[in-house]
Amino acid sequence: MKVGLFIPCYIDQFYPQVAVATLELLERLGCEVHYPLQQTCCGQPMANSGFSHLSQGCDNNFFRNFEGYDYIVCPSGSCTLHVKEHFQQPGNEQAAVHLRNSVYELTEFLTDVLQVTSLEAEYRHRVGLHVSCHGQRGLHLSSMTETMTPAYSKPERLLSLVDGLELVYPDRPDECCGFGGTFCVFEEAVSAKMGKDRIREHEEKDVEVITAVDMSCLMHLEGILKRNGSKVQVKHIAEILNSPSS
Amino acid sequence: MSLHAELAEQFNADEDRTNWHDQTLWWVRQKRDLSARQLPEWEQLRQLASDIKAHTLSNLDQYLEQFERQANANGVTVHWAATAEEHNAVVLELLQKNQLQHIVKSKSMLTEECHLNPFLKKHGYEVVDTDLGERIVQLRNEPPSHIVLPAIHLKKADVSETFHQHLHTEAGNEDPQYLTHAARLDLRKKFIEADCAITGVNFAIAENGAVVVCTNEGNADMGVHSARLHIACMGIEKIIPRMADLGVFTRLLARSATGQSITTYTSHFQKAGPGKEMHIVIVDNGRSRQLGRADFRNSLKCIRCAACFNTCPVYRRSGGHSYHTAVAGPIGSILNPNNDLKANADLPFASTLCGSCSNVCPVKINIHEQLWKWRQVVVKEGYAEPAKKAGMSAMAKLFAHPALFRLAGSAGRRMMRWFPALAKQKKFNPWYKQREMPEPPADSFRDWYLQNRKK
Ligand code: SF4
Repeated sequence: MKVGLFIPCYIDQFYPQVAVATLELLERLGCEVHYPLQQTCCGQPMANSGFSHLSQGCDNNFFRNFEGYDYIVCPSGSCTLHVKEHFQQPGNEQAAVHLRNSVYELTEFLTDVLQVTSLEAEYRHRVGLHVSCHGQRGLHLSSMTETMTPAYSKPERLLSLVDGLELVYPDRPDECCGFGGTFCVFEEAVSAKMGKDRIREHEEKDVEVITAVDMSCLMHLEGILKRNGSKVQVKHIAEILNSPSS
Repeated sequence: MSLHAELAEQFNADEDRTNWHDQTLWWVRQKRDLSARQLPEWEQLRQLASDIKAHTLSNLDQYLEQFERQANANGVTVHWAATAEEHNAVVLELLQKNQLQHIVKSKSMLTEECHLNPFLKKHGYEVVDTDLGERIVQLRNEPPSHIVLPAIHLKKADVSETFHQHLHTEAGNEDPQYLTHAARLDLRKKFIEADCAITGVNFAIAENGAVVVCTNEGNADMGVHSARLHIACMGIEKIIPRMADLGVFTRLLARSATGQSITTYTSHFQKAGPGKEMHIVIVDNGRSRQLGRADFRNSLKCIRCAACFNTCPVYRRSGGHSYHTAVAGPIGSILNPNNDLKANADLPFASTLCGSCSNVCPVKINIHEQLWKWRQVVVKEGYAEPAKKAGMSAMAKLFAHPALFRLAGSAGRRMMRWFPALAKQKKFNPWYKQREMPEPPADSFRDWYLQNRKK
């Protein structure tokens, strides 16, 4: 199975360990993984700011990199959702549809495609799960508290396969952290307040680590945790699922 | 800074108060969840409501005309108003022609939208808002901050102070029962004197010409029963085809709004009482324009339950007044750009696009997708801030050119490592105000990959 590894630009630049964990995890599970070397970004920062008309060059570059893979896997719900909803190739609609349908967020790929039911992983910590909005409400990685539908969660199911991990949810289990892309600077006051409130709820549950399927949420939460001198760490879910068992 | 961001920052200056506001509305959201969960058919009900509205919007002209015919047959006069100004003029003319002086009004977001109160005041009329929350904000000379809970931004102490000032209640007495009693005595006088009652409309039923008004205080009924003339003001989108459809909406409305199974009063007004008159003003004010916008027409399905307000993490932490419009919250952010894009260009950005609003909406409006689409319109129409525009164009270039992107990335990381103080300028870097910067690593993932996998 030929998998193209799509690493969001800010993970490539600031959190390489998350990309390494994703790559190693997929390899351990038997995938043939390639990282196309000319990839940059999915274009979401522009599109969510109202500049989707500027993202064609970005889309074209994405297409050159990821055309021809069976699956494109990405350790971010938000970037995956963006490609699924907005990737365009004018004049080549069929290829665009194919690409949009081939892109998977990591936990959904592990659950739905690889159908992982066991993992050799160990992580002896009390972990709070932050449910990232785009993965949840956009990609339906888990049920949502607003809708009256049966409960499920792909990230939670995978984390339950990790030895020693104690999973907890904050009181409001799926409230947004306030990152929101450029929202985090253009609406700084509300953004920071939302982040502080998420952290307070996790701290009330005595977590050691906050995890999520999106590093962008965690980058924002980490910034606040560090500023406040908190001991709580953030870890992307790929890093936890890829923790070696002793 | 955008107007919403600025007002939101002011709101957040008092963190305890922000916490209280957030928690109060979250509690309403939880009541909604509990009550929705009681109905196994909840999600089907939402779909049905959404479908009925879609059908109605697609046949709006016919249903409006049918409604008018039925209302006329009931002896009710129907007035059509293309704009807010026309709406206000119709009301004024009715007051003048019938020599009415004492006006009571039950809650109507439409009259807020049309700024009816200040208009009538200018012409020498005093309008008394009779919904308790609306009365409180009216006495304070403030607009409502929420479409269902107009005074939700105020604490007991604020109300006590306002009542002390205007209704001469004891200073410092914050007992809700005492304060409500005072409001009740004051409003009772107004009801008894009333010769004109203005009401909003929750639903207008095409097949029988009746309007339905939902309240918890019975104030619409009190006004209408006491006054000799009733003016019901409605937007064109309030129409539903049949009586049989009404139950779908009343079951959703109160549950979504407050978690009640139904509002305390669901009042049907079909014809005037003996010796009285009933008028209905049907207002467009930009709605038909919105109906013509394929991407945004669904916003007209809204039944004004405010569930999207209560669930919105941004609304809860910025308050209704930060939206600087009559209808705030997520739905306001997709309705208001329709009438004045320039003045409301900030609103589609007052969201993280988390999507919670669309999930609670009882008529399944894709609110967060419309926010995204309005952002594109705002930029296309040239209302993006110039700095943002320049930044985005530069970003687009980088992302289209991998070599450039890598150069900028490694240079940026190096700068951050060598000159960490540079990024730590709170004035130029809003991120840094309350957050540390991420630690820039020496190597990108691509560097690692080339060393470890490509050898
Ligand atoms: S948009 Fe939906 S949730 Fe918001 S007020 Fe209207 S009906 Fe209620």
